[in-house]
Amino acid sequence: MTSLSAFFEKIAQSKKNQIILFLTYVIVTGAGLFLLPDSTIAFLLLLFSILILYYLNLNLRAKWVTGIVILAVVVPFIASFSDSYQTYMEVGTLVGIYCAMALGLNIVVGFAGLLDLGFIAFFAVGAYTYAIFASDQASKFMPFGHYPLSGGTFWIFIFIAAIVAAIFGILLGVPVLRVRGDYLAIVTLGFGEIIRILLNNMDHPINITNGSMGIASITPPSFFGISIGSSNQFYYIAFAIFLLVIYVVRKLEYSKLGRAWKAVRDNEIAAQSMGIPLVKTKLAAFAIGASFSGMMGVVFAAKQMFVDATSFTYLESTMVLVMVILGGMGSVPGVILGAAVVIILRTQVLTNISNWLSAMSSNYGISIPPALSPEKMQLLIFGILLIVFALYRTQGLIPHKNRKVDVAKLKKESEQAALTRKKTASGGADS
Amino acid sequence: MLAHIIQNLPQVLIDGLTLGVVYAVVAIGYTMVYGILELINFAHGDVFMTGAFIGAIVLFLLMGMGFLAALPAILVFIIVIVIAAIATGLLGVGIERVAYRPLRKKNAPKLIALITSIGISFVLEDLVRFIAELKTGNYIVTAPPMFNHKFTLNLHSALPFFNNATFQSSFLLVLIVTIIMLIALDLFVNKTKWGMAMRAVAQDRDTASLMTINVNRVISVTFFIGSALGGATGVLFMIQYGTIDPYIGFILGIKAFTAAVLGGIGNIRGAMFGGVMLGLLEMFAASNLSIITHGAMGAEYKDVFAFIILILVLIFKPEGLFGKAVVEKV
Repeated sequence: MTSLSAFFEKIAQSKKNQIILFLTYVIVTGAGLFLLPDSTIAFLLLLFSILILYYLNLNLRAKWVTGIVILAVVVPFIASFSDSYQTYMEVGTLVGIYCAMALGLNIVVGFAGLLDLGFIAFFAVGAYTYAIFASDQASKFMPFGHYPLSGGTFWIFIFIAAIVAAIFGILLGVPVLRVRGDYLAIVTLGFGEIIRILLNNMDHPINITNGSMGIASITPPSFFGISIGSSNQFYYIAFAIFLLVIYVVRKLEYSKLGRAWKAVRDNEIAAQSMGIPLVKTKLAAFAIGASFSGMMGVVFAAKQMFVDATSFTYLESTMVLVMVILGGMGSVPGVILGAAVVIILRTQVLTNISNWLSAMSSNYGISIPPALSPEKMQLLIFGILLIVFALYRTQGLIPHKNRKVDVAKLKKESEQAALTRKKTASGGADS
Repeated sequence: MLAHIIQNLPQVLIDGLTLGVVYAVVAIGYTMVYGILELINFAHGDVFMTGAFIGAIVLFLLMGMGFLAALPAILVFIIVIVIAAIATGLLGVGIERVAYRPLRKKNAPKLIALITSIGISFVLEDLVRFIAELKTGNYIVTAPPMFNHKFTLNLHSALPFFNNATFQSSFLLVLIVTIIMLIALDLFVNKTKWGMAMRAVAQDRDTASLMTINVNRVISVTFFIGSALGGATGVLFMIQYGTIDPYIGFILGIKAFTAAVLGGIGNIRGAMFGGVMLGLLEMFAASNLSIITHGAMGAEYKDVFAFIILILVLIFKPEGLFGKAVVEKV
């Protein structure tokens, strides 16, 4: 035991050892996935390398480049030898979509401390914005124009949807300004339900959303004439938007606005008396958070080629909340991990366990009632996760870290500044 | 148009009152907990749902033992509702012990307590679904018909501009039982020592604890009463509407919370009034929306109606109709 910990310490001390160990891990798991192409475990182990990368003591830029290379090149390449290539890439796309959404909710809940229980509404707004105009649905109520629009407009719609969702975010935000604390949760919940009911019923008197029938045959996006239809292509779209979202979040977190959000979260009144405009700060959180999920809504609609209101229920909203709580409120890497864990749990692990259990019951005669099937137990599992994390690990899987300030460096800088000021002042006096 | 609305008014009033008293009793559970802990207990709607299922289980057990045929229906009903109320009351106390008390000890932010309550609500929904599905193969449960004697309120002959209204005897049962519960609760809170302790804790927890009030016990009693009332209402709901499923608690809970906000949260009489008013408004909307808007909006918008009321009240009169405006002190 001691020799093992000594071994790890030795690795942690030297950068070269870390790199060697990491590369070995990637190669071994990559080879594992190559040799066992249908093993979900091998796929997950390969993805796990990203988490190891996060904890390595390396240059930040090198870590980013490695991470992007692994996700954009290594994983799709190795997975392409597998029969379940499209399934893997579909999971990857979903993880990308939900990561971006969870990062958006993280701005609202984690940074600004406003509990939003209707977050999926913005996703729905984004999805419907694209769906209506990229199918012949728009011709049913628009007096002009030729619909469906071509797949090339997909790229423009990503930005249009971001703006539309942001407008909805502000629409929700305006009443919220009068509402304090926990009332907010219930108002946002009501807002989410209103949007869902509206989408479900707006087929009369004017048919805008085609009601509960949903909108089908949405034009797939095209990229310079190439039609994008398969999961491995959507994977790159989701990945690109995800990177954009991370970049924006990273920039915002330590900006003036980001610090204002955290101040509002920690104490609204104190923040206000320090001159932070509450209205603007809260609205910005809602609008920016909403725009992320609006963008991903477009990707979702294009990927599914069909949208209806059942994809945007309260359960989905809380699922995004689970991702944020599980990962750690306010922690960007944590939220990404949380989203990945929840999606992989939902789409891969639970399904696999269910299949395994049903195989067990048919092979060995152990009868397991269908009610017990883990696939159906999602509510229970996520409910327990919420309770356990809220009670025992409020800070989540990867706790949020405030940027440390180097006191000595600051002191030196301020001394230097004072010195130059003195010099110029005395210089001014001399002349 | 107006004539049509007036014609239907008696039926709307009866249906709205039934729904409204159900909201009222569930709203009391929200308002009591909020008054004491300043916490929206999201799990309360699901405690109501659990009450309905426990009632159904007891009813089926009694039916299996042949009591339903042997005893008068009202006695069976009393047994069922008392068992369901005690069970859900204990469930509420348990929820408070497991999910809220540890957080109170840690002085955690309110956001965290809200999140645990959402978690509890999920767990309850899924456990009930699981048990129901395991026992019956389907999570939608239909209760054996009780109190389904139909009455017709013959208004048309006396007042010719009204249509006749019909109701079942369960309507009378729901109305009488909820009114008894509401009066009993009101007396309990305003006249007994425990009620006084409750009001004291709601006003100022720290000072109350200095006045030798055991705050934790008062909170437990509050959860017991609120949840027991919720569970008993679940039984009434099952008898009135016949079918129950594990997801009825969610939307009904939110509407009951709306009712509590409408009446001024923390105010028990306000919650009663808010519940009845919301029930009436909702039924009115359900039956008349399509007439008023000439078919553009139908009864499916009645939930939207309730949420819009909630948002409007919170924007323009956040203290509710009967609440006192609170000034936040630093």
